[in-house]
Amino acid sequence: MDNTNAIQKCKGTKDLTPEYMKQFRFIEDTFRDCCRRWGYEEVRTPTLEYLNLFTAAGTLTPGQLGKVYSFLDWDGWSGERVVLRPDGTIPIARYYIESGSEKPARLFYVSNVFRFGTTGTETREIWQCGAELIGAGSVNADAELVFMALEILKSLGLKDISLRLSHAGLIRSILSRLDISQEEKTRLLDRVLDGDIQALVDAKPELARIITPILGAKGKSSGFLKNVLVLLSHDFPELQQTLRDFTDLADTLDNLGVAYEINIVSGRGFEYYTGLIFEFWSGDNSIARGGRYDALISLLGGKNIPASGFAMGIDRVMQFTGDNTARQPTVIGIIVKPLPVTGSLKEAFIAIEALHTAGFAAELALTDSESIKTGTKWLLKTSETGWRFSLNDLNSGDCYEVATISEVITKLKA
Amino acid sequence: MNRVKLALPKGRLMSETAALLDQACWGMHDYYEGTRSYRVTCEKFPDLMTKIFHEKDIPIQVATGNYDLGICGLDWVEELIVKYPNSALIKLKDLGYGEGAVFAVGIRNGENSELDAIKARRNTVRLVSEYPNLAESFALKLRLRRFSVFPLWGAAEVYPPDSADLALIAATPGATTFNHGLRVIDTVFSFGACLIANRDRWESHDLSEVLQSLEDTVPAWHQSHFDTKSAPKPINDDSTENGPFTPIPERVVRLALPDGHQQSSAVALLKKAGLRMDDYPSPAGNRRPAIVGMEDISIKVIRPQDMPQQVAAGNFDLAVTGIDWLRDHLYQFPDSPATDLLDLKLAPVRIVALVSNELPVSNGYELRELWSRRAAGIRVASEYTNIADSYARENHMGRYRIIPTWGASEAFLPEDADLLIENTQTGQTIARHNLKIIDTLFESTGHLIGNRDSLTDPVKQPVIQRIIGILQRAVEN
Repeated sequence: MDNTNAIQKCKGTKDLTPEYMKQFRFIEDTFRDCCRRWGYEEVRTPTLEYLNLFTAAGTLTPGQLGKVYSFLDWDGWSGERVVLRPDGTIPIARYYIESGSEKPARLFYVSNVFRFGTTGTETREIWQCGAELIGAGSVNADAELVFMALEILKSLGLKDISLRLSHAGLIRSILSRLDISQEEKTRLLDRVLDGDIQALVDAKPELARIITPILGAKGKSSGFLKNVLVLLSHDFPELQQTLRDFTDLADTLDNLGVAYEINIVSGRGFEYYTGLIFEFWSGDNSIARGGRYDALISLLGGKNIPASGFAMGIDRVMQFTGDNTARQPTVIGIIVKPLPVTGSLKEAFIAIEALHTAGFAAELALTDSESIKTGTKWLLKTSETGWRFSLNDLNSGDCYEVATISEVITKLKA
Repeated sequence: MNRVKLALPKGRLMSETAALLDQACWGMHDYYEGTRSYRVTCEKFPDLMTKIFHEKDIPIQVATGNYDLGICGLDWVEELIVKYPNSALIKLKDLGYGEGAVFAVGIRNGENSELDAIKARRNTVRLVSEYPNLAESFALKLRLRRFSVFPLWGAAEVYPPDSADLALIAATPGATTFNHGLRVIDTVFSFGACLIANRDRWESHDLSEVLQSLEDTVPAWHQSHFDTKSAPKPINDDSTENGPFTPIPERVVRLALPDGHQQSSAVALLKKAGLRMDDYPSPAGNRRPAIVGMEDISIKVIRPQDMPQQVAAGNFDLAVTGIDWLRDHLYQFPDSPATDLLDLKLAPVRIVALVSNELPVSNGYELRELWSRRAAGIRVASEYTNIADSYARENHMGRYRIIPTWGASEAFLPEDADLLIENTQTGQTIARHNLKIIDTLFESTGHLIGNRDSLTDPVKQPVIQRIIGILQRAVEN
């Protein structure tokens, strides 16, 4: 029950403070700049989508779908529910299908996704940066995304970056050989992805000779994949092609000197993915992940078009980028103080406009007692005698009498 | 305050719950079927504060901490926690009566009833249920690609296959047969009456006296309902007289007639209009009556509360329902195609705002003033959630909250709600529960409502006009 009358923010939400937003913009801007340089274009899909977009995709589990923010819209008498977007990639796939294009597309987004968290302590609104490469479906496409992600993470100043590779198709194929229900498979998959390989061996002892050397090992080069290919050639002929792609990618990374670790069993939450999965770590922390999701577009009713993508959570990344406020572009700050006489305020605004046009940051002093914030370099006072200014250098304490605003600007530039 | 508070059910579980408490010598003389009091005193535990609620309200009342203990069907507990798993509810004990099961029911029509066929569908699967949260969870678990859930007040069994694809229905063994060839395609779960507690109170307060008394009385205290032997079997009455469902021709006009309180006045009007009804009202509970000689109209008997949304969704063309329910619907969906066609002047009631007699206020303004000095917001209880919401907004009630109720709403005041939006015919119930009217919102009568799009259908339009004409003459005479 209510125990306070105070207005407060919703449980599970957070205010992005001015300090936070500086860090946020740094990450976002770095991400945007990088994506644009690689030829990606930004899209922004609606916050509201139909629930059936996400049920049709079949990629979110019933448990995840049970935690979406869904409601009946003002015209929801047909029972059609709308949701606050719980995922970043599915709306992009929807947009691609709806745009009618069948050409390859390089798209990126910065958007918020909403997921209910039962504890009330986790944030229910999560900001993500993501990039999708739709319609290419080649080793080159996967490699491009890996390199772009790497470039972004380096630009963000992340230290100790490592790359882990996995393959969703491989685990799926092994699971498909088990005579158990879809539900049991999902549960087993979760256990396997948590590192419990024995669970899989128990379920299918005759596959133990494959499972242990493949799932229990960590590959360091494309050589490992070539070994795996031999082991699987007899029992899993359908995996030959995707594993060759995987090997090609690993070869490319080897040639470029990018270190990686192949760990087929590496972490949950890859419902979309059908092929290669890559995950970037900074030390012991997973920072960004992506992979190939060839089935999604056709599941949503589009053509059979392959796609890959990756995403990173801004909040997550921020924990490891350190303080980047210093990286904000610096502009010389000026505080403009009008005298308490008629006409002086007008003069101050004209001065501010002229300073802004000249590329300076200038703000109005609102009160006498207002403390001058850090970063402000100059104090400009209008004078009683009309078009006269006094310009104070706050660092040195020097004071200049200046006749016109253009002289002020010349002085500041000097 | 350490008084233990208990919520007891009315309706289905009432007589057996009363028998259990009688056996435990609680001396609750006002707790019996047909009682006019919602507050019950207990001779054995004079400090026990007991109120009677609609079963569906009890898990919510206990979870929010208004009540420490409650007795209700496990079905309503599941309905709450499937959507709100963090609800502060503890299921204490199975009480050994009130068995039932929730079934997913569809039409027996070759392969079409099979779950796999439903799952494979690419168009929207329509589910109806009094348990909308369980229905949604069921649909998600089946991984239906596209579905709509229509919450219902009742009569879910009459919806499939033409007005819905699947119904989630609670059935008690032997008590229900699904007519027209409906059959159980999945058992969602079995349930029985259970004792529940608020988690915080359970962890921090001594409820042992009351619990001990029930412990000593309930014979099969530890026997679980989930014992397969005692679980009700799916009811597949293949020998049903109704036979398989014959599809309704596409262009007939589909009319919904009311059950319950509004039925008798509707029957009288149809008679006055000279329409000969086949099996309405139906002693056997048939919900598909007919008008003799009018084959271009197909009729179903459903709850008046459910009609506006069903008409809007295009499952019915016409319906006879209270204008109160149409208004409630239109507050939620302002552009809805459900529209008022004709005032049938049936069963007039007033929709009023009620408060406890003890409150020193005589209108909405004074209520608001009184609350402006209080820390908590105004709690507005109503079956008409959207009318209540709109009323609270229009009267600038500030930090209010709406408490949806499912009947027996008078019981909420004054402890569990501050303001009640309710209908009244004679005002007797209001006086008996020590309440007073502080505002009259509007007068409601039974109207003929319809779907705007059906009115422009070239085949349906003349039939609809004919019905409007017949009813209009009957109203005017």
